Amino acid sequence: MKTFSKELRERFPKQVLTVEESVSGQVTVLLNSSDATVITRHFLTERQARLVTVFAEDRVKAEGVFYNYYVFDQLGDPSWVILKAPISQDHPSFPSLAAELPSVNWQEREIQDWFGLEAAGHPNPRRVALHDNWPDVHPLRKDFPLDTVLPAFEGERHVYRPTLGEGVFQIPVGPVHAGIIEPGHFNFAVAGEPILYLQLRMFYTHKGTEKLFENLPIPRAVFLAESISGDSAFSHGAAFCQAIERAAEIEVPQRAQFMRAILLELERIANHIGDAGAIANDVGFVIANAHAGRVRELVLGLNETLTGSRVLRGMVAIGGVRRDWQRDQIEAIEKTLAVVEREFRDLTAILQSSNSTRERLERTGILRPEKAAMLGVVGVAGRASGVDLDVRRDHPYEAYRHLPFRVPVYQAGDVRHRLQVRIDEVGESLQIIRAAVAQLPEGSHRAPQQPIPPGRCALSAVEGWRGEIVHWVRTGEDNRLERCKVKDPSINNWPAIVETMEGNIVADFPVINKSFNLSYSGTDR
Amino acid sequence: MFKILQKTFSVGTATVDYPSIAPRLAEQFRGCPEFDFAAWSDARPAANACPTGAIAVCDRDGVRQVTVDYGRCIFCGECAEASLDGAVRMTQRFELAATDRRDLVLFAEYTLHPDGSHAELQSATSGPGAEIPGKRIAAAIHNLLGRSLSIRQVDAGSCNGCEQEIVALNNPVHDIERFGIHFVASPRHADMLLVTGPVTRNMELALRKTWAATPDPKVVVAVGACGISGGIFGTNYASLGGVDAAIPVDVYIPGCPPRPEALLHGILLALGQVRQRMSSHPRG
Ligand code: SF4
Ligand code: SF4
Repeated sequence: MKTFSKELRERFPKQVLTVEESVSGQVTVLLNSSDATVITRHFLTERQARLVTVFAEDRVKAEGVFYNYYVFDQLGDPSWVILKAPISQDHPSFPSLAAELPSVNWQEREIQDWFGLEAAGHPNPRRVALHDNWPDVHPLRKDFPLDTVLPAFEGERHVYRPTLGEGVFQIPVGPVHAGIIEPGHFNFAVAGEPILYLQLRMFYTHKGTEKLFENLPIPRAVFLAESISGDSAFSHGAAFCQAIERAAEIEVPQRAQFMRAILLELERIANHIGDAGAIANDVGFVIANAHAGRVRELVLGLNETLTGSRVLRGMVAIGGVRRDWQRDQIEAIEKTLAVVEREFRDLTAILQSSNSTRERLERTGILRPEKAAMLGVVGVAGRASGVDLDVRRDHPYEAYRHLPFRVPVYQAGDVRHRLQVRIDEVGESLQIIRAAVAQLPEGSHRAPQQPIPPGRCALSAVEGWRGEIVHWVRTGEDNRLERCKVKDPSINNWPAIVETMEGNIVADFPVINKSFNLSYSGTDR
Repeated sequence: MFKILQKTFSVGTATVDYPSIAPRLAEQFRGCPEFDFAAWSDARPAANACPTGAIAVCDRDGVRQVTVDYGRCIFCGECAEASLDGAVRMTQRFELAATDRRDLVLFAEYTLHPDGSHAELQSATSGPGAEIPGKRIAAAIHNLLGRSLSIRQVDAGSCNGCEQEIVALNNPVHDIERFGIHFVASPRHADMLLVTGPVTRNMELALRKTWAATPDPKVVVAVGACGISGGIFGTNYASLGGVDAAIPVDVYIPGCPPRPEALLHGILLALGQVRQRMSSHPRG
């Protein structure tokens, strides 16, 4: 840390004001202006770092400025580096990085919409989170009350890129879809069958989540974290609790750390099995989906035994978990997983035995490794396209440093390999859970509850089943939050779906989309 | 292919028999909380702990009005934990769907001690208003079978938790098709809209359009705490709250998310309404 700080200050004497490590493993570099371009370039090229997320905070009342935060993950280094760039209220603008770094395209536009800070030089500076019919408001500014009543909604004004050329047609789909899935709008430009390009429009389910975090007492906010993305209730809940625990220096008892790891892996198993079925279903393999549905039910039943909820709600808590496990509950894990493992092996055998399924999945929706790296794709979709990242291994948290596992990585980047990553990971998760059960320490399941001190900031990351989930918090007075930033892996991965369209036909879109299975609610918040 | 057939046979029937037979619930399953109003010595700890505002207290002139809204409840158990007198208890009840929003709300009124704890219970409503056991519904649908029911699901802003359980209705364990109930791709073919919420500002128009495109007579079912009231999101600059802030609702299904049997219970309850409307306004 000392050498890092010295190096950085010597290299950028004009830009860097201070370098601090107030939370262990989290280095904050305070800049003297809103311009993070030069240092970002340094991190990306010379330090082989990856820009994880960009977000803003309104500190006008407290410090007279806004801040932009740029979070970096450096290859082979478990610490996070956070650049903190002040933005004055008289000149509410910052230089955009989107032209060289497409992965921040939407995130910078969120900052524009939510804070009224201009991303200067952004190649496509249109609104993203607040749709075109919104009045000129910036909800994450502190002077904007959560319960503001906005004038009634008046139709849509969004203009999609016009289709160019003879024989090119637009096919608009959504926001309400044919299946039981979340809302979003997909605008395909097609020439005959092949897709030329796809435009996406998200944020239909934007429900003021980050603002709401600033208005709830912290213990209640845990339940809001569980509702960021319903298929990742436990992962988001754990990410949130971990952020608070780091900020307030709460030591989570060992037993609770192992229990959390077990539940995180159960969430992964349930979702991966469900996805394996759904992918099969989208290419007409209905029986495989039915079988997956049955196996998934076994896991959900176990979830209920362990937490009282089929989808693991109401279990994670600041300082640990809400309820301890009795012997019979722990025995249920072993028993159920033995059946799940057998049944899942049959499911994969069924999937692999069908040539027609393999043909539909292979070379469909290819995301090339170069593209994936450039777009900052994470999680399952990243690992199927050569992006070797996994928060559990790279920034170990909870009990993961005691639990051995393998991170599957493939280069092919097609639907079949996004499925294969899931299949491999179910196997790994089963091993992780078994090891965690075997090592499950005795002792308390929750640290004593205590008030959370104000003015503390911390970052937390969890490898949800879909990929890297990041929460960043600043605590406030009265056991409340000043800010909670939520980054779901989906926000990194949507642009990748657009890239996979080339050479595919509209009929392949559902299975490609399903192979990513991104969270709309996690994106839109 | 042989393997597949072998699998199908070896599994046999996986389907549960709800609602004719009560479902097998884990002993740890948390349904809705239950309130012993007479024994409740103070509602404030529960109200303070409740993450969604499902429990609200209003003190005036030495009298406390307590409201419990199952339409906001996420079955988290915090109220039971916070009420040290044991007057609030978590149950395994989940068959809570109601046709009248008011049936999901309980009231109690107390006179108060100087320290703010309850002196005497003045009045109270009992139980979730119109709890209709699944078995009764099962008997009702028996007479109604004969025509299939088509459902269009609309996510008007949910966290996707409710959708997970709606998807589970179609798996072989819950197998909603055994009732002749199908999920369809277009509102034009639907008898019922199954809507999750909260209704976001960005989805309001799409929801209204879907409703308008569904032919009459139609039934709307609001799913989950968010679909009923906005749930933990409530109403805010981006959320209108429950589905009935945008379109009329016929049946409300509490839960966060409602388990598949709870969804089925609500859908079957709504089915009765569909039949009634069909007979009084046949589709041309
Ligand atoms: S169980 Fe329901 S009423 Fe009780 S605290 Fe939780 S949300 Fe509130
Ligand atoms: S009721 Fe619960 S599961 Fe359903 S959308 Fe709301 S938060 Fe998600």
